[in-house]
Amino acid sequence: MQRSLTFNIFRHNPQDPASVPHMDTYRLDETDSMTLFIALHRLREEQDPSLKFDFCCRAGVCGSCAMVINGRPGLACHTKTRDLPATITLLPLPVFKLVGDLAVDTGTWFRAMYQRTESWIHTRAEFEPAAQEARMENEVANAIYELDRCIECGCCVAACGTANLRPDFLAPAGFIRVARFAADPRDERTDADFYEIIGSDEGIFGCMGLLACEDVCPKHLPLQNQLGYLRRKMGLTVLKKLLPFGG
Amino acid sequence: MQIIHTDLLTIGAGLAGERCAIEVAGAGFSVVCLSLVPARRSHSVAAQGGMQAALGNAIMGDGDSPDVHFLDTVKGSDWGADQEVARMFVEAAPIEMRRLAHWGVPWNRVVAGTHTYWKGGKPFDATEKAENHGLIHSRAFGGTAKWRTCYASDGAGHAVLYTMDNRAAQLGVTVHDRSEAVSLIHDGETCHGAIVRCLRTGELRAYLARATLIASGGYGRIYRASTNAIICEGTGLSLALDTGVAKLGNMEAVQFHPTGTVPTDILVTEGCRGDGGTLLDRDEYRFMPDYEPDKAELASRDVVSRRMIEHMRTGKGVQSPYGEHLWLDIRHLGEQHIRTKLREVDEICQNFLGIDPLHQLIPVRPTQHYSMGGVRTDKTGAAYGLKGLFSAGESACWDLHGFNRLGGNSLAETVVAGGIVGRNIAEFLQGYDTAFSTAHVREAATRDEARIGRIVSGADGKESVYAVREAMYDILERAAYVFRNGKDLTWGVQALQEVHERAQHIGLASDGVGANAELALAIRMPGMVRLALCVCHGALMRTESRGSHTREDFPERNDRDWLNRTLASWRPGADLPHLDYEPATSYVELPPGDRGYGGGKIIPAAS
Repeated sequence: MQRSLTFNIFRHNPQDPASVPHMDTYRLDETDSMTLFIALHRLREEQDPSLKFDFCCRAGVCGSCAMVINGRPGLACHTKTRDLPATITLLPLPVFKLVGDLAVDTGTWFRAMYQRTESWIHTRAEFEPAAQEARMENEVANAIYELDRCIECGCCVAACGTANLRPDFLAPAGFIRVARFAADPRDERTDADFYEIIGSDEGIFGCMGLLACEDVCPKHLPLQNQLGYLRRKMGLTVLKKLLPFGG
Repeated sequence: MQIIHTDLLTIGAGLAGERCAIEVAGAGFSVVCLSLVPARRSHSVAAQGGMQAALGNAIMGDGDSPDVHFLDTVKGSDWGADQEVARMFVEAAPIEMRRLAHWGVPWNRVVAGTHTYWKGGKPFDATEKAENHGLIHSRAFGGTAKWRTCYASDGAGHAVLYTMDNRAAQLGVTVHDRSEAVSLIHDGETCHGAIVRCLRTGELRAYLARATLIASGGYGRIYRASTNAIICEGTGLSLALDTGVAKLGNMEAVQFHPTGTVPTDILVTEGCRGDGGTLLDRDEYRFMPDYEPDKAELASRDVVSRRMIEHMRTGKGVQSPYGEHLWLDIRHLGEQHIRTKLREVDEICQNFLGIDPLHQLIPVRPTQHYSMGGVRTDKTGAAYGLKGLFSAGESACWDLHGFNRLGGNSLAETVVAGGIVGRNIAEFLQGYDTAFSTAHVREAATRDEARIGRIVSGADGKESVYAVREAMYDILERAAYVFRNGKDLTWGVQALQEVHERAQHIGLASDGVGANAELALAIRMPGMVRLALCVCHGALMRTESRGSHTREDFPERNDRDWLNRTLASWRPGADLPHLDYEPATSYVELPPGDRGYGGGKIIPAAS
């Protein structure tokens, strides 16, 4: 039987001085294969054109449409209404600056993250157009790709206890970025170099181990594994620094 | 109003825009990229397949060369491509793939030894050479003589875009995201930058630039059903068109893919049909063999799309809340095959449609997929008509793809063209000086401010922007879809002219304050209808069938009269684009001939 869905949606327009944060309620009849992408667009086009939310690829690859769906951060594009109760509560992701209603500014946060982690290959090698490419083992290429799959949706950041408490925390998305470059033989940075980026409470040692990041990652990235791996590696780096025979 | 100065302003920060930006920033110039979304969310990220480049490392690519890539590309274009551009592209592509590897793209690599590969649903063994171990691998794509497509697992677009954006950050390229250009600042001869609306606050800013690049992607979203990201609304193209002097090339050349899913138009791979999937109608009857007895579902993309539409027109489509569609059936391929070889399709079905393709049919329909048309440029990437204006990537008609693009050539074009056009822009900027007139900036800003004010206040009327858009969708769906004919196109042009008039009277239902999506669409809408008119009018005038452009009333490819490119411009106050034509290519390396697939009669060029 067709359900009537009730949507409780957070509303606030920071550009409008008269706007007060509140929740609005909407109703919509459910259709086959309905996703939150379809539902939110119908609400905006049929009921309330002032509704603000972000979508881009609507296919789970760009990360635009992350929001808190019935208490849990997730991508709205591949959330099917039939997997939710008839009452659906939508909130913007915490941590990020609010653009309006369900839209948040992830771009600024992630740009700062990749400047901070220097998210590019550090190499002294020059590119030679006439030369054959440097060889790489396919297994290594696949391993890098597996860590490179983060879509910067911000779900892990929003679900992170530390990131919610301290704005300077690099958060899981930052750590997996560092792990991606640490795994890449083309990047000449040493463990000591990476320690400079993540060896602090704003970095890897600030994690409280609540494990929510990996639970909510829509790409199922091994966020906790990589964090554990980096922590051990950074621990060893400190040890080496302290010991007289260390490097 | 804030005024920002830069050497190069890039409208769009996907692969083409950032590749250009990197080249120009690397030459020591300042660059600002505008992007509707954070740069890494650009539609480039969605490309899964890969990039064609004749590296010839894989055993199935043995003997490949830029010459073979050139032949495939020009044939694929149905001889609509500029052959000089195709030549430059195929020569540069291998170098660009290696450069991307150097910058950090985790391309899949050749592993020496014997491997089992798949072709046409059947496994076969092939042995990769020991001397190629560790070099960039490639996979098969339709319409290519060799395996030539470099790939990074199932996310080539993602891997390359992230690497590109990293490189741009390293070089200090500035990206202003959530920013949308609403008009170009120009004096009819020279482009001076753009008036830009902040999509966070709604404020207007002026960007003054010595060079301006349009790299805003395709215009797929003028159609209701498109595999494109929802930001691909062709705004960069309409900015160029609205100057009255720049021209758009081959706007009627629009590629459709047979198996976009319903409702959200996500693509499921051709591999479903390649491996033995069938198309069924509302009675679950397999209709393709009736139309194409030999190839059935395995006919080329454009042929299958045509047959599906034909069949739906006989009343055999499935009705749904999201419109009419047909079914794709892969149930008989079995659990083992679907869950492993077609894993991506399985995931799309489960995650987005909520169906299990093991037991359920997949709703599909032909869906807009790629825009061959775009801002017409010369081979250096310079736009016709305005000095200092350039274009690259899907937004450009450079023209690599002619009337049909090959898989794997679009993603490659973004990077290869981006590199070539970027170097040309850097050269252009050397020693180039221009004078910015504050009057031009003020005029443009005042005009845009006034237009936006009238939309917000409803001064010109209360037309709903969504109703206008639906009307445009309906017309394009009937007149300028997979099949075109004179009667429907004539009606379509006239109906779109009426919609264009309605688009001048849009008024908001909301307040339009801040990051208001209704207002953003209302600002774009008249330009989108003008693009639709360029498609429809161009298609009406082109009385032949070439590549993706299929006229039921003119089924032949007519090289005698139509071996040319349509150029559309929009004169101030007009209600129809002005069309003129130029030869498809001035440099002929490969004279027009049979493509070797797709069938169809050819009226030869007069010798």
